[in-house]
Amino acid sequence: MNCYEAIDLMGDAIESRVPSESRAGFEEHLEECPACGTYFEQLRSTVSALARLPRRGDSGVLTQDLLDAFRRRPR
Amino acid sequence: MSDIEAPFLAKLKGGDEAAFAGLVADLGPGLLDFARTFTSSTALAEDIVQETWLAVIRGLHAFEARASLKTWIFSILVRRARTIAARDARLHARAAARAAEVEWEPGQGRRGLWDDTPLPWSVDDPEAIHQSQEALLVLQTALDRLPEMQRQVVLLRDVEGLSAADVCNILALSETNVRVILHRGRAKLRQALDRYMRDGATSDGAAPSEITGRVAARGIR
Repeated sequence: MNCYEAIDLMGDAIESRVPSESRAGFEEHLEECPACGTYFEQLRSTVSALARLPRRGDSGVLTQDLLDAFRRRPR
Repeated sequence: MSDIEAPFLAKLKGGDEAAFAGLVADLGPGLLDFARTFTSSTALAEDIVQETWLAVIRGLHAFEARASLKTWIFSILVRRARTIAARDARLHARAAARAAEVEWEPGQGRRGLWDDTPLPWSVDDPEAIHQSQEALLVLQTALDRLPEMQRQVVLLRDVEGLSAADVCNILALSETNVRVILHRGRAKLRQALDRYMRDGATSDGAAPSEITGRVAARGIR
């Protein structure tokens, strides 16, 4: 597998969804190619850090306006 | 609909206020972050979230749970936001300023992904980067600066953890589109983290040595 093919599979690889016929070739390429190997590892770290981003603001508070609207909701 | 969600939905439809408060607490912060992708104004983003909740309340009795509650609510936000934010002229100015960037395309290899050959970050475990508050701040800043569509797809998929299929539905994009946009966005975020790990470039302009020290103090290096 070359860099072009490997790069196109990286999105699937993050979700462990590389088609089985390509899996061995993909993994082999990452081991042989330092650029793709390092890039993919860092891409995966980036994605796992995204899942841990803290939330901003206090928008999770139920305001009186919303509560009133909820009480008057259509049934 | 999941087995967990059915009883919860029944409570909501039955007027259970605690259940509704729980829903707002659970989804509110994510909805606000998502609303911010449609407008540069925090006040407008808050209006979008408020209007979304009002639409949710109005539509709850008719919601048939073909999608998950979360997907349905995020879809409502997209519709409200597109109506409201269309009037926000600043959005268009921002989009135009970014048009010149080289974007990754499938089949184009590393073009748009990296210029300098990626070098390993000098950390024992790159997965542990999320333990650094500063790295998360770098990531958040870079996320806020992504082009609108990339920011939306990354937020829904990677921050909210929605499935690729749900992201397609919420934003009315094809699966292929979502995959390409997602990789473009993730590539820019990796680059921002890479710059930070390499020479400590942060949004606050702190000196590299200072950062190295701060990161070391958190056990990253």
